[in-house]
Amino acid sequence: MSKRFVNVALICGALVAGAFCISADAQQSSRYRYADGKEVYERICQACHMPTGQGAAGAGAYPALAGNPKLENPLYIVAVVLNGLKSMPAFADLSDEEIAGVANYIRSHFGNEFSERVTTEQVKGLRPNA
Amino acid sequence: MSGTAEQPSMTRRELLTLIGRLAGSGVMYQAMNSLSFASNSTFTQPVVLRGAPKGASILILGAGLAGLVAAYELRKAGYEVQVLEYQNRPGGRNWTLYGGDVYVELGGFTQRIGFDKGLYFNPGPWRIPHHHRGILYYAKLLGIAMEPFIEINYSAYLHSTRAFGGKPQRYGAIKADYEGYVAELLAKAVNQQKLDELVTQEDREILLESLRSWGALEDDFRYRKGRRSSFRRGFAKAPGGGLSGLPVYSDPIAPSDLLQSRLWASLAAANVFDDQQTLFQPVGGMGSIGAAFGRTLEGLIRYNAKVTEIRQDSRGVTVTFVDTIKGGGLQTARGDWCVCTIPATILSQIPMNVGAPMRAAIDSIPYIAACKVALQMKRRFWEEDDGIHGGITYTDQPIWRICYPSSDFFKPGKAVLLGAYMFGRDAIEFTALSPEERIARALEQGSKIHPQYREEFEVGASVAWHRVPWALGCASRGWGDGNTEQYENLCAIDGRIVLAGEHVSRIPAWQEGAVLSALDAITRLHERILQTSSGS
Repeated sequence: MSKRFVNVALICGALVAGAFCISADAQQSSRYRYADGKEVYERICQACHMPTGQGAAGAGAYPALAGNPKLENPLYIVAVVLNGLKSMPAFADLSDEEIAGVANYIRSHFGNEFSERVTTEQVKGLRPNA
Repeated sequence: MSGTAEQPSMTRRELLTLIGRLAGSGVMYQAMNSLSFASNSTFTQPVVLRGAPKGASILILGAGLAGLVAAYELRKAGYEVQVLEYQNRPGGRNWTLYGGDVYVELGGFTQRIGFDKGLYFNPGPWRIPHHHRGILYYAKLLGIAMEPFIEINYSAYLHSTRAFGGKPQRYGAIKADYEGYVAELLAKAVNQQKLDELVTQEDREILLESLRSWGALEDDFRYRKGRRSSFRRGFAKAPGGGLSGLPVYSDPIAPSDLLQSRLWASLAAANVFDDQQTLFQPVGGMGSIGAAFGRTLEGLIRYNAKVTEIRQDSRGVTVTFVDTIKGGGLQTARGDWCVCTIPATILSQIPMNVGAPMRAAIDSIPYIAACKVALQMKRRFWEEDDGIHGGITYTDQPIWRICYPSSDFFKPGKAVLLGAYMFGRDAIEFTALSPEERIARALEQGSKIHPQYREEFEVGASVAWHRVPWALGCASRGWGDGNTEQYENLCAIDGRIVLAGEHVSRIPAWQEGAVLSALDAITRLHERILQTSSGS
């Protein structure tokens, strides 16, 4: 348990040089388990891509996931979630099941009708250290 | 430094100049440190740029602190300066929300800030460490009144839903008990000769003496209930006057309970370099710095300008933008040179003809998430009931902390409390909520520490930084301490364009980073311009 605390503290320190994470809660990582892809989407993705998957635009934009042709390749979204893209951070701490789940959720909701399913094995295979 | 003694006729500045010429700026910086000139920030004295070529113009993108500092100094140097800003106000993330303001976040979620007149909260930066000398220099220059920001308060709480039945503990008591037990353990190890190989006989005595002093130990090197420990952790009944003045000592928490509680995790929060007392806040809101800059630069800033393209050629830089209020077609602005302070979240989406190295660097900067929720309460119950005046309570819940106002102490009537301020996954999850739901969660979690919430709450407001239309994130993740090639590519002048902002600094997320980045960028740009104009 103390090891996990140290790890969280180190990750936090690396994330924000300086003092922005000083009180990162030791136990917070264990708080995050998501039942399915829908829950991952609603608790994480919709922060930027919005509840309806429409994205949003201000000085810059968050791309819409609804009707986004880039989603056609089932592995595209997996790669983005695992590695981040430009200013979007990576979410590699999600489990293979959670990433496959959210990829399948997005590819079959918001008007998207991509039939091919992403498997957990595919997610595992795309992890940077795989 | 012996050099000063050997050359008494030299002034310090002359000596530094000489050292700088002979050995380069790194050695000069060391010398400055030893002469007590330089402190923690690399800001030592105002930048003085002289001799701008006649008619030379500089286009600045973004009126956050980096852009404002650049505009201020470059105008002073004699350049023709114009600034394009997406928002309708100066300051960028230097920002305060007041009662009556309307804030629309991405997705169209609209908040009408319902605070009473004069009450506010700072969604972004809210404190300035005393050693952030760059931002403090400009604040002073602009006549901004400062007041202390209380970072650490021994009466504030440490709270865990999984310890002490969820009952919050006083920071001062946890700190006293933790240090007392650590001192006791260490003293025990010394006295049992277990540290003989690590500490000399002479130092052992000094160590024991220091442990007794530091840990409030009794003469037998035990930390236990008594006068000494109570004067650290607080009394069960504090000393008073007259017949009822007899104090009652308090019981320290048992060592194992203390460790298992994990409340020690937040003890070192204010030990961190940038969080050490003394810190400051501008009276009346952090945004007053940006606002004052805006007044000083009146007429130079074009607001409501959304940049759509940045294109340089051999003679200058043309920036295409649209007016977000008036609409109409694409407009252009042009300068001989360009200082671009647009956050990387947005700049990574704007076409700009710079080299592949700078582009790769811009595209490699993830932004961290943060969310703040502010709550207006009918009265200062934390002061009146809990005896907490400023400072921060830490909790293991997703709100991470409750921050008490550092101003208007003892004032009757309403006040605004920061009811949540978190990073990481907790912040992302708060961002995914509607503004109303964020407030509901902050109330639900905060009331476990302050049950008064239910009775006293009136209205709330929240800012989740990934939904801020002109930021798309709280701040850059930071470049660490390595001298990475990518960081240097980000900083390098590319043709006629140089970048600035907290994301182009080693002090990510702090206003000081924006200021120092701007000063560094414009100093190098000015040198480049002088070289270019003398060569042509």
